[in-house]
Amino acid sequence: MIALTLQRMGRWALERLERLGRSNLFLLHVVPGLPGLLARPGLVVQQTFAIGVLSLPIVVVAGLFVGMVLALQLYNTMVDFGAEQSLGPVVALSLVRELGPVVTALLFAGRAGSALAAEIGLMKATEQLSSMEMMAVDPLRRIVAPRLAGGIISLPLLSAIFSAVGISGGFLVATGLLGVDSNAYWSQMRANVDLFDDLANGVIKSVVFGVVVTWIAVFEGYDAAPTSEGVARATTRTVVNSSLAVLGLDFILTALMFGDDT
Amino acid sequence: MRQSRALEIWVGAFVAAGLAALLMLAMKVSNITSYAQGDGYRISAAFENIGGLTVRAPVRIAGVRIGRVSDIQYDSESFQAVVTMRIDSRYDFLPADTSASILTDGLLGENYIGLEPGGEEETLGDGDRIEITQSALVLEKLIGQFLFSRSQGDDQ
Amino acid sequence: MADGSSLVEIRGLRFAYSGRTIFDGIDIDIRRGGVTAIMGPSGTGKTTLLRLIGGQEQPASGSVRVDGMEVSRLSRRQLYELRKRMGMLFQSGALLTDLSVFDNVAFPLREHTRLPEEMIRDLVLIKLQAVGLRGARDLMPAALSGGMARRVALARAIALDPMVIMYDEPFSGQDPISMGVLVKLIREINDALGMTTIIVSHDVHETAAIADYLYLLSEGRVVEHGTPDELQRAGSRWTRQFLNGLPDGPVPFHYPAPEFGVELLEPGSSR
Repeated sequence: MIALTLQRMGRWALERLERLGRSNLFLLHVVPGLPGLLARPGLVVQQTFAIGVLSLPIVVVAGLFVGMVLALQLYNTMVDFGAEQSLGPVVALSLVRELGPVVTALLFAGRAGSALAAEIGLMKATEQLSSMEMMAVDPLRRIVAPRLAGGIISLPLLSAIFSAVGISGGFLVATGLLGVDSNAYWSQMRANVDLFDDLANGVIKSVVFGVVVTWIAVFEGYDAAPTSEGVARATTRTVVNSSLAVLGLDFILTALMFGDDT
Repeated sequence: MRQSRALEIWVGAFVAAGLAALLMLAMKVSNITSYAQGDGYRISAAFENIGGLTVRAPVRIAGVRIGRVSDIQYDSESFQAVVTMRIDSRYDFLPADTSASILTDGLLGENYIGLEPGGEEETLGDGDRIEITQSALVLEKLIGQFLFSRSQGDDQ
Repeated sequence: MADGSSLVEIRGLRFAYSGRTIFDGIDIDIRRGGVTAIMGPSGTGKTTLLRLIGGQEQPASGSVRVDGMEVSRLSRRQLYELRKRMGMLFQSGALLTDLSVFDNVAFPLREHTRLPEEMIRDLVLIKLQAVGLRGARDLMPAALSGGMARRVALARAIALDPMVIMYDEPFSGQDPISMGVLVKLIREINDALGMTTIIVSHDVHETAAIADYLYLLSEGRVVEHGTPDELQRAGSRWTRQFLNGLPDGPVPFHYPAPEFGVELLEPGSSR
C-alpha cells in the first residue's frame, strides 16, 4: 500500500519533471527563431494586436477599479492615524510594485494565454502545423516565435497601462470623493516612489511574467493532444500553470528585489 | 502578408499608450526629477554613528530637501562612517562651517541628514568635507546615559 | 520495378508506434511520372507511410529514399529543401484558418521565394484556376465545403511546382460530384505538370480508376502489388475481398471471440 503510494508519487514527480524538460527544450528551439522576426515585423505586429490590443479593455477596466478600491480602502485605515496625506504613495507603491505586474499577468493569462494555447492546439489538431512542416515552413519559427515576441512586448506595456490607470483612478476617488489634497497626492508620491527601486523593478517583473506566461501558453498549445479534449485541457492547464507561476515568481522576485536594504 | 492598415494603427496606438503610461509613471509618480538634476555637487561628512541612515536618504536644510545621500563608507583609519551627499546645484550657498546631524523624521520615521548653516563667507564646493557633525541619536545609548546619570545623582 | 526510374524507394521498412508494429518490412517503389496508389484497410498505417516519406517520422529500420536521398539521414536544412519539392494534401485539407483562400495558396510562395507581389498574384490565380476556384479567392477556409477546401489545399500543394505530390485519403467523405472533380484533378495535374503522384486511400473504385500501379497493405506487409487489371484478375481471395468490398471472406466479419453459443450459455460471464 505504501509502496504503491510512493510509486504513484514518484511517477507524478517524474512526469512533471519530464514536462518541464520538454518545455525547456521547446523554448530552446523557439528562441533562435526570434532574431529572424526582425526581417518580418509584420508577423509580430499581427500578434501584438491579437495578444496586446485585444487584452487592453479588460486591463484598463480592471486597473481603474483596482485603483479606486485601493484608495477607498486604504483611506479608511489611514485616516485613523492621520496619515491620509500618504494615500498617494501607498496606492502608487502597491500598484507599481505588486498589483500592476501581478494582476495584469493574471488577467493576461486568462485572456491572451488561454487564447494562444487554444489557437495553437487547434492548429495542431487540424494538421495545420503538420502541413506547414510539409511545406518546409518551421511552425516554431512561423507560428510560435511571433506569438512569443508579441506576448513579451505586450505584457509590460499592459502592466504600465494598468498601473497608470489605477493611480489615476485612485486620484479620482481620493480627491473627488475623500477630499485629499490633489497636490499632496502627487507630490507625496514623487517623494516616496523611486524610479529604480520601485518603478524599474516593477517593469522587470512584468517582463519576466510576459516571458513566462507566453511561454507556458505556446508550449501547452504546441504540446496538446491533437483532439478537442486535448485542446480544452491545454487551455485549462495554461491558465492554472501560468497563474501559479506568476504568483510564485512574484514572491521570489520581490524577495530578491526588495528583500535586502531598506 | 496583406497587413490591414487598421491593425497596424491599433498596434501603434497600443504601443504609444503603453509608453505614455510608463512615461507618466516615471514623470508624475516617481522621483525621476531627483535623478534628472544629477548635475549637483558632492560633499562628505564623517559621523561616529549613522544609526539607521541609508543610501538615498534625504538631505535637508531648514526642512527643505536639497539633496540625497549617495554613498556610505566605513573609514577603517578614523573608525568613522563617511557619508557622501549629492546636493542639488542650485543650493550652492552652504557656508564652509555648516554642521551636519543625523535626525529622525518624527518619532519612528526614516533617518535623514539635517544641515545647519554657519556664518562663514566661504562656501562648500564639490568634494569638500563638513567638519562639524553630530551622530545619530541611538535610543539605547540615550536610555543608558539617562540611567547612569540618575544613579550618579542618587549617589551624591 | 527496381530500376532507375523510381522516385521513391522503400526497402525493408520497419516502424513501430508506442509498442505496436505498424510496418514489418515492406518494399515499395514509386515510379516517376506515374500515379501510384497505396491501399489497405483502415488502421494499416497508410498515413504514417506518407509521414515517413516526408521525413516527419523516423523508421525503426530499413530505408526510405526519395530522389536518391536517404530521408532519415538528411540534415534539417536538407530535409526542408527536399520538402520544398514535395507537396502533400492532408485529409482535412489543413488550410490555415486565419488566412483567406488566396493567402493560403500564396503562403508557400511568400515563405520560400522573394517574388514581387504581382507575380505571386499571377501564380496564385493560375493555381486556383487549375482547381476551378479562382472565384473563391477571397473566402475564408471556414466558408468552404470539404471538397472545396481540399481543392484549395491541392492548389497550395502544387504552388511550388513540386516533383511529387502525396494525397492522404483524398476521397474520404466526399459527395459524388466533388469525388468526380477530385479524381479528374489528380489525374490531370499529374499528367499536365509531369509530377509523380502517391495516393493513400481505401476508396477502391476511384483509386483504381486513376492509378497506374497499386500496392495493397495489410497487417504491416505488402500483400500484393501490380496494375489494377492484374490485381483484379490474378489477386488472391483477400485481394478480391478488399477490391470488391465483400463483407466476409479471409477478413472475417467478427472480431475474434469465443463461440457465440458457448458465451451465451455461460452463467455469470457478463459483468
